[in-house]
Amino acid sequence: MSQSPEPGTLLRFTSAERWTHRTLGILMGVLLITAAVLYLPGASAVIGNRPLMRNAHVISGFLLPIPIIVACFFWAFRQDLRRLNRFSPNDWKWLRSRRNRGGNTPVGKFNAGQKLNSAFVLGSIIVLLVTGLVMYFNRFFPDDLRTGSTFVHDWLALLVAIVTAGHIWMAYGDATARKGMRTGSVPVEWAEQEHGQWANEVRS
Amino acid sequence: MCFSKEVEQPLKSPPDATGAPVGRRIVLGMVGLGALGIIFGRTASQAVNSTVATAAPGLSGVLPGTGGFRIYTVTNGYPEYNVDKYRLTVTGLVSSPLSLSLADLTELPQTGMTKDFQCVTGWRVDDVPWSGVLLSDVLTAAGADPSAGALRFISFDGAYTESLTMEQSLRPDVLVATTMFGQPITEEHGAPVRLYVAPMYGYKSIKWLSGIEVGKTVVPGYWEERGYSVDAWVGSSNGMTDEPIT
Repeated sequence: MSQSPEPGTLLRFTSAERWTHRTLGILMGVLLITAAVLYLPGASAVIGNRPLMRNAHVISGFLLPIPIIVACFFWAFRQDLRRLNRFSPNDWKWLRSRRNRGGNTPVGKFNAGQKLNSAFVLGSIIVLLVTGLVMYFNRFFPDDLRTGSTFVHDWLALLVAIVTAGHIWMAYGDATARKGMRTGSVPVEWAEQEHGQWANEVRS
Repeated sequence: MCFSKEVEQPLKSPPDATGAPVGRRIVLGMVGLGALGIIFGRTASQAVNSTVATAAPGLSGVLPGTGGFRIYTVTNGYPEYNVDKYRLTVTGLVSSPLSLSLADLTELPQTGMTKDFQCVTGWRVDDVPWSGVLLSDVLTAAGADPSAGALRFISFDGAYTESLTMEQSLRPDVLVATTMFGQPITEEHGAPVRLYVAPMYGYKSIKWLSGIEVGKTVVPGYWEERGYSVDAWVGSSNGMTDEPIT
């Protein structure tokens, strides 16, 4: 790999991957906040400004796939997509056993929870984008599909808000994981503890 | 997933990229469910809304679109008003311009009706009890010229305006509403006075009503300048085919 990390640490995310995560995070944050203001009667009352919120929401929504598409031009990101896609027997074992989530089951670069989260987020982005496009270009669609799209967009957005809160909660509880996403590298000991299989792979 | 060809790197797949492609299945599954949701969502949303409305009415204010109104404001929050100082002015082509307080409004003939509220974005609230003064009664009190072509409505939120033709304004289902569900209209629904134009999409039912101007021609309102139909009949405008309201 091109970047060589400090001694005692392993390179976990390249700067392209970190920037992808950062950009997606900011856009997702804008989307969830503006969605709340557009949606929740309480928030509408306090903040209002519907046209501004709507434009911010629509623009962020249209921009959302761009960081992912750009990231696909980077080899490290594509490698990680391959890892995230596949579920090894250890992933199932990790997922089934609450105790093993402490690290007794050596998993690869991503654990099963991270894999499920990334798949859910990608699926959500696709569905929210399509339903959002139907709602935005509503003149071209019959109102049955518009109502259906509104329904899907609303409920999936609620799930995304919950899952995103969970994602932030997990990150809040693991300073080293956050450092990995912020600086790109993690201590070897952490990697051995949390992603044993990956630690072996990188060192060999 | 994005590109299948790897040329520049000697390493092929990472060693932990083995096993079932669960990620791809989840993504494809979600896309499939999403497509079903778009097609059958209308039926599903009606079922979900009525279930939530019956089982846990308190959730309606929190969960997306469950059996209730969605509140759209175009300005910062709700406009403030003072019950004592509130006035509804009726000006323009009228023989006696009016400045009606809430008490003045209650002295005009009162009319009630129980009718649906249909939003152009697809949601509908069935059987809402409304009451207030028929717009035609307000116009009679002001001595509006019946041959004047149009009315312009102004909201004291400072941005929202609406329009009706004189013919539409004289219909028996167009109300200057002061109550909803038997209670004074609440802030988010346009307190203290809003218009209720039963046969048209909700954006015609301007909230926080403070002015009615009788004029010659229709001046498109806030939403109409943004592409919505000026004559907003439910089911035959804005490209929608909703059932007429009842």
